[in-house]
Amino acid sequence: MLLIMKNNKRFLNEADKPTRLGFGEGLREAGGVNESVIALGADITGSVNVNLFKKAFPNRFYSLGIAEQNAAGVSAGMALSGLIPVFTTYAVFSAMRTTDQLRISICYNNVHAVIGGAHAGISVGPDGATHQALEDIAVTRALPNMTVFSPCDADQTHLAILAAINKMNGPVYIRFGREKVPNFTGMDYPFHPGKGQLMKEGNDLTIIATGHMVWHALQAAYQMEEKNINARVINIHTIKPIDNEIIIRAAKETGKIVTAEEHQIYGGLGSAITEILSEHYPVPVKIIGMPDSFGESGKPEELMDKYGLTSHNIIKQSLKLLK
Amino acid sequence: MTMKKFTHPSALKPVARNIRESVIRSIANAGSGHTGGSLGLADVFTALYFSIMEHNSKAPHWPDRDRLVLSIGHVAPLLYATLAESGYFPKKELMTLRRLGSRLQGHPGRDHGLPGLELSAGSLGHGLSVAVGMAISAKHKKQQWRVFSIHGDGELQEGSVWEAAMSAAHHKLDNLVALVDRNNVQIDGKTDDVMDIEPLAEKWKAFGWKVFQCDGHDFEDILTTYDKAIAVKNKPSVIIARTHMGKGVAEIENDYRWHGKPVAKDQVEKFINALDHEK
Repeated sequence: MLLIMKNNKRFLNEADKPTRLGFGEGLREAGGVNESVIALGADITGSVNVNLFKKAFPNRFYSLGIAEQNAAGVSAGMALSGLIPVFTTYAVFSAMRTTDQLRISICYNNVHAVIGGAHAGISVGPDGATHQALEDIAVTRALPNMTVFSPCDADQTHLAILAAINKMNGPVYIRFGREKVPNFTGMDYPFHPGKGQLMKEGNDLTIIATGHMVWHALQAAYQMEEKNINARVINIHTIKPIDNEIIIRAAKETGKIVTAEEHQIYGGLGSAITEILSEHYPVPVKIIGMPDSFGESGKPEELMDKYGLTSHNIIKQSLKLLK
Repeated sequence: MTMKKFTHPSALKPVARNIRESVIRSIANAGSGHTGGSLGLADVFTALYFSIMEHNSKAPHWPDRDRLVLSIGHVAPLLYATLAESGYFPKKELMTLRRLGSRLQGHPGRDHGLPGLELSAGSLGHGLSVAVGMAISAKHKKQQWRVFSIHGDGELQEGSVWEAAMSAAHHKLDNLVALVDRNNVQIDGKTDDVMDIEPLAEKWKAFGWKVFQCDGHDFEDILTTYDKAIAVKNKPSVIIARTHMGKGVAEIENDYRWHGKPVAKDQVEKFINALDHEK
């Protein structure tokens, strides 16, 4: 258990919880208040926790089988007809098997369809490289009209799916993971689409993270305080549209940036940050992520460790940058 | 709410002729565009917009309208000509086809705000999935409108079409009628040579669809076949319409090279003249 106090906001992990469960519970909540919400299944509905919605609203669940391209197109058709479809399967399929349908049927038509990308990142573990989505941010954020959410824990995933349904009007991709991870932000921590979150103050450098890596970033920052290094931590839960302002301000005020994500170093959060900074306020940046390689089988924590997706590596890279 | 319909096949022929003229003029003016398929499907589109579908050009967003899903976006010139002929926008706008800033994109794009356009499409193999989503929605909301989707025969080589076909039967979408433009040609040549899609009727049947065939240039046949397809219960229907690419202009009919070739400006009057002397 780790406590981080700042600005009267306490981040406390009371119990680990999978972000997919936050998604499933949030989807069920959204379904309870809006009858237009429809869930589409591509066989693995239990695994991605869409079964919670299915059980609560059996008449608003449509099974489409292992046919993700079709499911994406069906989502477009439903959205064009006034429903709010939520199509969820593993991110490797929902974001990448379907990319052409996302691009044309959903994004070019600019419809309010929500695409859930489950089991994202290398922490999927033993299933190995085929099922570890490490390119989905790159693909989805390149699509015009697409909003990309990458919430940091179960509660934030819950709020993100609610926001995707209730606050957005166009296509939304939501990325989340399989494993139990610290659930520390709390349901009372507001989720504003497009806004970065200052999780911890600091002026020596800034760690900008997304997804579960935000927890590791906070741990790293906390541990660095013992060495008298004050790291700022920013959570980018909305990869697109990204919060330019909070990023540029961090560059101006802290001068050095480390980014961390469970994604390839090309095309993801790190790329998005460097795109902004190279244009507006260039500072040294270290991108932590998958080093342009496929994943492999292993326990989640073994894999996170092997590929440097840990607080330990964030500290190491931060110290290097500060030298 | 719906528009006046032409119930007699003989009334549709002059409408189709005018639509073909618009196709020829707009493509020639644009200098690029798919002439063959646009002319080949003109009779089917005329039957749909002037006799079969419930729609109203003065109320393009009428919630109970029937939906036309054009999966083969490359015959956009025909869709635009038909929408203009139906009164969705002035026919003179057809001359902006494929121009910068036009609402008439090379392949349909809803973001440009063209009235009557239901779907942005052009990457093949998408439309049937969207049509399935619409048809499920109508049933889900207990609404009576129907979905009419239009597909190419070459398009059926895309695997996603068959994912969609499977799902339409699974969900018993009897409010969906698909039509396959069976002109036997695609850009590289005959469909038989590029990638054989036969036995076509048996494929759809095996996927759980009720299959009809018709002469895509015989209005009586088109209308009665659609009537039968619409009456089918508990399963989706598909009409395999035999058509001739370039229909109406004898010298280009069935020539696969006219799939994506535009009409040259100096050919316009000759081609339109050919329309008036069609047997």
